[in-house]
Amino acid sequence: MGNVAIEAKGLVKWFGEGEAKTTAVKNASFEANFGELLYIVGPSGSGKTTLLSMISGILKPNDGGVIVEGKNLWDMSSDAIADLRLNKIGFVFQDYHLFPRLTTVENVAIPLILKKMEWNEAINVALEYLEIVGLKNRAQLQPVKLSGGEQQRVAIARAIAGHPDILIFDEPTASLDGDTGRKIVEFIKTKILNEQRCVIIVTHDSRIYEYADTIMKMEDGKIIGFERNGALKGVVA
Amino acid sequence: MSGILKIALKLLVNDKSKFTALLVGITFAVFLMTMMTSMFAGILNRSAAPVLNIGAKIWVMDPAVNNATSSIPMPDYILSTARSINGVKYAVPVYFGNALVKLKSGTYQAANVVGLDDATLYGRPEMLEGKIEDIYAENAFIVSKDAEFKKLENPKVGTEFEINDHRGQVVGLAKVASSGLFGIPTLYTTLNRAITYIPSTRFTTSFILLEPKSEADIPFIQQQIHKLGYQALTENQFVKKITDFYTYQTGVGMNVLMMTAISFIVGLSISGQTFYTFILENLERFGALKAIGAKGSELISMILFQASFTSILGYGLGVGMASTFMILARLRLPDYAAQVTFNNLILAFVMVLIIAGFSSYIGVRKVLQIQPFDIFRG
Repeated sequence: MGNVAIEAKGLVKWFGEGEAKTTAVKNASFEANFGELLYIVGPSGSGKTTLLSMISGILKPNDGGVIVEGKNLWDMSSDAIADLRLNKIGFVFQDYHLFPRLTTVENVAIPLILKKMEWNEAINVALEYLEIVGLKNRAQLQPVKLSGGEQQRVAIARAIAGHPDILIFDEPTASLDGDTGRKIVEFIKTKILNEQRCVIIVTHDSRIYEYADTIMKMEDGKIIGFERNGALKGVVA
Repeated sequence: MSGILKIALKLLVNDKSKFTALLVGITFAVFLMTMMTSMFAGILNRSAAPVLNIGAKIWVMDPAVNNATSSIPMPDYILSTARSINGVKYAVPVYFGNALVKLKSGTYQAANVVGLDDATLYGRPEMLEGKIEDIYAENAFIVSKDAEFKKLENPKVGTEFEINDHRGQVVGLAKVASSGLFGIPTLYTTLNRAITYIPSTRFTTSFILLEPKSEADIPFIQQQIHKLGYQALTENQFVKKITDFYTYQTGVGMNVLMMTAISFIVGLSISGQTFYTFILENLERFGALKAIGAKGSELISMILFQASFTSILGYGLGVGMASTFMILARLRLPDYAAQVTFNNLILAFVMVLIIAGFSSYIGVRKVLQIQPFDIFRG
């Protein structure tokens, strides 16, 4: 396995046909490396979420490809893509999408159960991940009884429970206050990110830019440049 | 149980209000369907009681007869001719009539009277008290100890009463397979006494009961009786004729069918709509599961499991409720006719499977349509 965790090559996505046709992503190419915290930033409607969806295998591009482990993800069958999402990619959704009728630990155990792990074993492993995010004592509570920050951490525990190589966060700080948001990203940077893992975050929140290794800027469906460690490193025409 | 089904179960039962609504809908529908069809089965069984209680293999009757209690008397030569048909082992007449019994308290009670062939007593009931031979004693009657027995003020052997202004005396109590449909007690006596006590038409043979020499002789016997302008039916054929009459010609069948259909539609609507709402409310979570890596087949299995679990539980509760209701009703009303049969249970189960299938279909359709991308878009 090389240093590149995921590579997007010339991704294009449009919606609608004829006069209603809107191109959301235009010829987007980039790489995300293991050990890297990559931000995708840009104004609303710039195509960030569409790009994120294509690289994570949940929205098929009209053109281009996504290379994971040397294979184009979009050449695989839908079941193989589902398996890849389960085994290689972890998601933290903007609204967390925790199951309100399950306990916190059962929520975290979901990816493990989808991997056919036996129920009790999955619960025990999920408890370990809850401990990592500091919520072991909340294991038997339902998510609605947790604060926003705690729910975010449960979603992170669920995302990392399946040992994914690539972690994708959609607006992780959007519903959190500034302090909690910063704490969450700091936690991601220090506890979740490692040399075997790549973290991609879509955000508008400039308060957390300081934690990024790379910031990829998007505007009007195009990648307009990269900043690495605060310096503008390249601009894509 | 696999982990994914355990998740499905928890999602279902932990949503208490939806789960309760689903369960109530299906339970109520099964309860109504089972009650309706059981009452109908009970009515049909009671309607054929005289035939089942006599137990003859072949019944000869006027073709216009639809049930055992409204017979059309036949001339005596039919009996003689029937006896002469090849393959007939023996043939005896039986009389069915109604009489008014004046009880010791002075009240009147209508009663069915079965007049058994004096020579053979063919069709005699099983005796609980007394001896069948006592039926030949003066004014002797045997009382059927069925659900209507107490309407004769619980008579004992030796109890006297008046029947159509004649003296009658109970000489025995008998057990029968089934009570009658119309809620009146049954008395057994000899055919000659019956036609003496009950005003009759010129002909007095209600039915002729035939015993064939072998099963193979039945078609020939039926053919010969048909040539006489009469009808010979096996016990099963006669029971079917009676049940068909009540099902198709009295309005009872249609009413029960309509009530069963309404119960089914009510159950289908309540559970279908509730399950659909349940799916809609969890749609984003199903989308999230898809995004995490759940395959379509796993989501389908979750929904099928949820619908099946609720339906089977509702089915069990509904059948249990209906049975409990019938047991309680029978404590108060001994002649309550409802009867749970294997066919009723199968019918209700098939209806429940349709409800589960419909609910699953709308759920599966919706869940398969949701794209994980919609979850990202929020």
